[in-house]
Amino acid sequence: MTDRPLTKNIDMSRAPFNFAQTRDAGGYASVEKMLKSMAPGDVLDIVKNSGLKGRGGAGFPTGLKWSFVPMGYTAPTTKYLVVNADEMEPGTFKDRLLMEGDPHLLLEGMMIAAFTIQATTAYIFLRGEYLRAEKLLHQAISECKAAGLLGKNILGSGFDLDIILHTSAGRYICGEETALLNALEGKRANPRAKPPFPQVSGLWGKPTIVNNVETICNLPGILNYGIDWYKGLGLGADAGTKMCGVSGRVKNPGCWELPLGTPIRELLEVKAGGMCDGYQLRAFLPGGGSTDFLLPEHLDLILDYDVIGKAGSRLATGTMIVLDDRTCPVGMVGNLMKFFSHESCGWCTPCRDGLPWIDEIFQRFENGGGLESDMQVLTDHLEYLGPGRTFCALAPGAMAPLGSALRHFRDDFHAHINGGGCPWPR
Amino acid sequence: MAKIIVDGIEYEVNPANNLLQECLSQGLDLPYFCWHPCMGSVGACRQCAVKQYRNADDKVGMVVMSCMTPATDGSIISIKDQQAVKMRSNVIESLMISHPHDCPVCEEGGECHLQDMTQMSGHNYRRYDFKKVTHRNQNLGPFINHEMNRCIACYRCVRYYDDYAGGKDLAALGSHHHVYFGRHEEGTLQNEFSGNLVEVCPTGVFTDKTFSEHYTRKWDLQTAPSVCTGCGAGCNTTPGERYGTLRRIVNRYHHDLNGYFLCDRGRFGHGYNSSDRRVKEASLVSAHVDEKGVRKVLTTNEALRQFAALTTGDVVGIGSPRASLESNVALRERVGVENFYAGFSAEQQRCMQAVIAINREQGLHCPDIRTLEQADCVLVVNEDITNTAPRFALALRQAVRNRATQLASEARIPLWQDAAVRELAQHELSPLFILSPQGTRLDDVATNTLLGSTAEQLALLSAIADCIDSSAGTASPDERSEELARRIAAALITAKNPCIVSGISAGSEALIHAAANVARALRKYSQPGESIDLCFAMPEANTMGLALLMEEGGGTLQEALQRLAAGKADAAIVLENDLSLRTNPESIDAAFAGTPTLIVMDQVHNHFNERAQLLLPCTSFAEQNGTLVNYEGRAQSSHQVFQADSALRPGYEWLTRADPLSNLVKTSEMILYHCAQTLDNFAAASELLPARTGMQTLMKSPRQSHRYSGRTAMNANSNVHESKQPTDRESSMSFSMEGLPLQKDASLLSAAWAPAWNSNQAISKFQNEINGELKQGCKGVQLLQRSLPQQAYTAIQPDGDTGVYFIDHIFGSDELSAMSPAISARSVGAYLCVGTATARKFGLQQHGLALIKSGTCSAQLPVLIRQRIAADAVGIYCGNEINRHAFVKGLSITPLAEDGNLLARSRQMFEDLVIHDSLPGRG
Repeated sequence: MTDRPLTKNIDMSRAPFNFAQTRDAGGYASVEKMLKSMAPGDVLDIVKNSGLKGRGGAGFPTGLKWSFVPMGYTAPTTKYLVVNADEMEPGTFKDRLLMEGDPHLLLEGMMIAAFTIQATTAYIFLRGEYLRAEKLLHQAISECKAAGLLGKNILGSGFDLDIILHTSAGRYICGEETALLNALEGKRANPRAKPPFPQVSGLWGKPTIVNNVETICNLPGILNYGIDWYKGLGLGADAGTKMCGVSGRVKNPGCWELPLGTPIRELLEVKAGGMCDGYQLRAFLPGGGSTDFLLPEHLDLILDYDVIGKAGSRLATGTMIVLDDRTCPVGMVGNLMKFFSHESCGWCTPCRDGLPWIDEIFQRFENGGGLESDMQVLTDHLEYLGPGRTFCALAPGAMAPLGSALRHFRDDFHAHINGGGCPWPR
Repeated sequence: MAKIIVDGIEYEVNPANNLLQECLSQGLDLPYFCWHPCMGSVGACRQCAVKQYRNADDKVGMVVMSCMTPATDGSIISIKDQQAVKMRSNVIESLMISHPHDCPVCEEGGECHLQDMTQMSGHNYRRYDFKKVTHRNQNLGPFINHEMNRCIACYRCVRYYDDYAGGKDLAALGSHHHVYFGRHEEGTLQNEFSGNLVEVCPTGVFTDKTFSEHYTRKWDLQTAPSVCTGCGAGCNTTPGERYGTLRRIVNRYHHDLNGYFLCDRGRFGHGYNSSDRRVKEASLVSAHVDEKGVRKVLTTNEALRQFAALTTGDVVGIGSPRASLESNVALRERVGVENFYAGFSAEQQRCMQAVIAINREQGLHCPDIRTLEQADCVLVVNEDITNTAPRFALALRQAVRNRATQLASEARIPLWQDAAVRELAQHELSPLFILSPQGTRLDDVATNTLLGSTAEQLALLSAIADCIDSSAGTASPDERSEELARRIAAALITAKNPCIVSGISAGSEALIHAAANVARALRKYSQPGESIDLCFAMPEANTMGLALLMEEGGGTLQEALQRLAAGKADAAIVLENDLSLRTNPESIDAAFAGTPTLIVMDQVHNHFNERAQLLLPCTSFAEQNGTLVNYEGRAQSSHQVFQADSALRPGYEWLTRADPLSNLVKTSEMILYHCAQTLDNFAAASELLPARTGMQTLMKSPRQSHRYSGRTAMNANSNVHESKQPTDRESSMSFSMEGLPLQKDASLLSAAWAPAWNSNQAISKFQNEINGELKQGCKGVQLLQRSLPQQAYTAIQPDGDTGVYFIDHIFGSDELSAMSPAISARSVGAYLCVGTATARKFGLQQHGLALIKSGTCSAQLPVLIRQRIAADAVGIYCGNEINRHAFVKGLSITPLAEDGNLLARSRQMFEDLVIHDSLPGRG
């Protein structure tokens, strides 16, 4: 038993465990147990009842997602599991830690997920810049193949599985699960219309599950130690632990595994060591670049999907970006807008043509020449690029920091407009 | 049927469709860009936003994209809702950010869907005050202009060109607001249906380059409903005229035939109308001793007098498959049925007799093009339809997607979810089998392309028929055991809508019978009352019309030429026909070397016309009324668009106006009426008359739009007097703006226009429902009835396979369109095509020169060595350089020493030829 199922084997001061070391530490025990004594439906029930929610950002119950995959004799024989390791959300570096720290945990989890939906091919769609993770995963996959944990008739169970590592050419939109599928098929990385959902028609038109790296890494623990243990890990309503990160002007930026339900203050002040000397906390984005700003008054909220949601933001990837009192909030949001604008795939009008306009306005705020009427254009875009208006969640995600910044930092915007540029010292 | 409520009003709609399509079907105005009636929804542009409410109590609602929302029973939506209105105006504001606002100099202006939608969405004032994104444009060849700066990124072009038409060389490139629609490098768009980009693009990114050369606004074009003369498919077109010249051709919606799309030959092949190849005046070769052989220009009256004088004795009349039914009938009347001869080549006439009999046979059915699209297993026999009846090829590209349709239905994905259906089906296609002597442009979607000679194809077809129905007895046991035959037979049997497509271009009667035998065998598996789809492509616009006329009496071309050679006639009248394309040079020389006077009436100068003593200038399709009968036996009216120069007369007018001084002219309607009354085959054609004569509307319909400009001043540079508008004594249309404008009645619809809809998308206002029949549309009348009982299998008589086959090219093979500058820019010269083994045998080099000889005829041709060609086969493309009938038999091939200049020229020529030998079939 452990209370850090994701990072128990991770020690960044040494190389990650190889296959033999992993086995010695109890790795792949869940797979052995599953293949010997469980049916896919049993695993699905366990995952459903564990309360595991997707860790990629949306927080959708994992078991429920899997249950939409058609199973049984009438279902298509070809199915795919795809692991979304295209970690490109600004401020987010949790999957990187998991893959660089314990690549075998991911493979172990993938075997569980693939077995549950009876997929015989699984892909890891890896961010192209994660060169170290690529090398380590390649090595881990080879080790598993050599040990007979991948390939045909794994451990004599009759279950076949191949894992293919695919490195992305690098677009933020590839992290959107359906755009990822298009990219994997060698097409333009435009998102697909939903419905049909990937569970019904996904990669190459076949039933497909796309899960985040961290979600998958939760599975071995759940199978090893059971539902009650997993639920007991969480301090609040949500089950399990979460990789949480902090970046910005804090004393000890980094990424840690914490029980869900841990107070934000503990993450910021204990784990990240509090603000750097001479800096005050002004606001923070709790779950990466596409979440709404929260304020110091929210520090006592707990890391819980619903609690953060009620406060007007999202837990999302759980990786916090801190805004201090000596950094220009308009500049920070402008930087995010430039990123989102550049990463729009160009498919739908509001995102393709709306974000560059916002970006232009922020550049004008920065350099002087901002107009009062620009504020109205920004406000109009909040609704125009909001949920349901665009084809995917990229633009609504971009509107989250913008909308909350317009609410919380209105004076800073006006200071830019009236002062002929950014008033903050560089 | 489902009921939905739109802004408080209840409508009955089809729940299988999306809300946008159903709103448009109800005649509501809802703006859109990326959705297209033929291509479904992808949800890219976000222009068609509406408010949807969960139930009657829901007052808040949610903005949804109507194109991506099913028209479920009980849906409550609002188009007028303020949030939805705001959303739509925001989208237009976005699209206008980098749009250049160059409407005054943009060729789309006045028929621009973007202009219409901008007006409809109510975005007026510009707020964006930064730099616009600009792009570099590409030269996309002789057909299409490219102005990327006008692009609003609706993705329609790539969805049409790549997904719908199977093009490979247009793509969405780049990302975010720099997304670019073009080729990977500058160059000619290779797809044979690229011209539809002009109509698919909602703004002026892709425009018609041939139109640019003499551009006129849509509202200034005089138009009339017309029928394409590029091949025998019978696609409907709208030609437009200004200042006496034909300016362009656009698609005219026909529910059963062309739908929304034309091929590039049909769209860009009209340039010959205004070219110097036109015969513009009557002329006579003087018989006077002093100036013997000099061609003298005649006035119309002189010409008529000469015509009468020269045709007093025994006169032979030779008709034409590219002339209207009226002109052919008028010739037949003039010379008498016993002196009337077909203008077909001998083998085509034999083929047509076989095809007509098959088209009368019960249990078989000749599919229209829409039905072709619904076939779920297709067998193409020998005909290279991309090059002879191109619109068929576009239809078959849709037919192979029926597998996707089926998969989507099983997965409960609505068929209008275009991207989702494609993502589900991926590369799964319905079976398509092609039998051909060489690789075809459809090979990329074919299950299997059998490269075989006529004899090999005949053997395979016999085996297929036998595998389907073992009592057919058409094949030897050896042939029957062939694996491919069994595969094709199995696919045809399991298909719900199997279809067999062939044609007469190769002139093989045996293949036509063999194809029919396969269809007959399939009857064994059809339900009572069902019939098997079988159709034959025809190379010319009125091939079927002339063939039906010949059934009513008359002789063959061979008989005519023999009679002339034997001196048994004093004169011959040849109607719109280059006989050198129909038979070998010896027969023509023999027929006309002697004394008979040759009178030719034609639109263009060609090899044959030079022999004419009297040459009479004919109007083209756009300058006359006429009836054309397509491959199905469907007779359609093609209306006069404008009045040609008075020297030019329709063929039927030259033939019927006996007295030069009389103004009494038989109209085409009178001839058609007479024809319907007296000839059994054409009895049904009388149904075309009400629309032609105005009996239907009792008032003339205007050919000019209500915004037609400059009518009283357009000729003021030459004459300040305001001339009277020409009157149209023939038809129910007027050469003016006055008359009964067509608001909702499509009976005489040419260019579609409706209030607020200036682009071609106005067509939806004239359809019963989107993609449906036109309101009171005139679809033509079927002349062929299934009057013959089911026939037994025809015993196949192989027709002397010489190993030589003739190649057709969409750009170049059709006589008239080939004379159009844009088409000739895409055509290549005559060439010889062989496989590697044959090349080695004769010592031929790739792009080198070969001398071919047959009898006394010889030609020097550049050589193309292809990978995908039947073993030992030799293909010849004749272009307009050599006579195919001269090289049918006893062909000898010798390599010629290579001349550097010639070699370079032929290399260049083959570079322009679109052949995808490296493209593997999917089988």
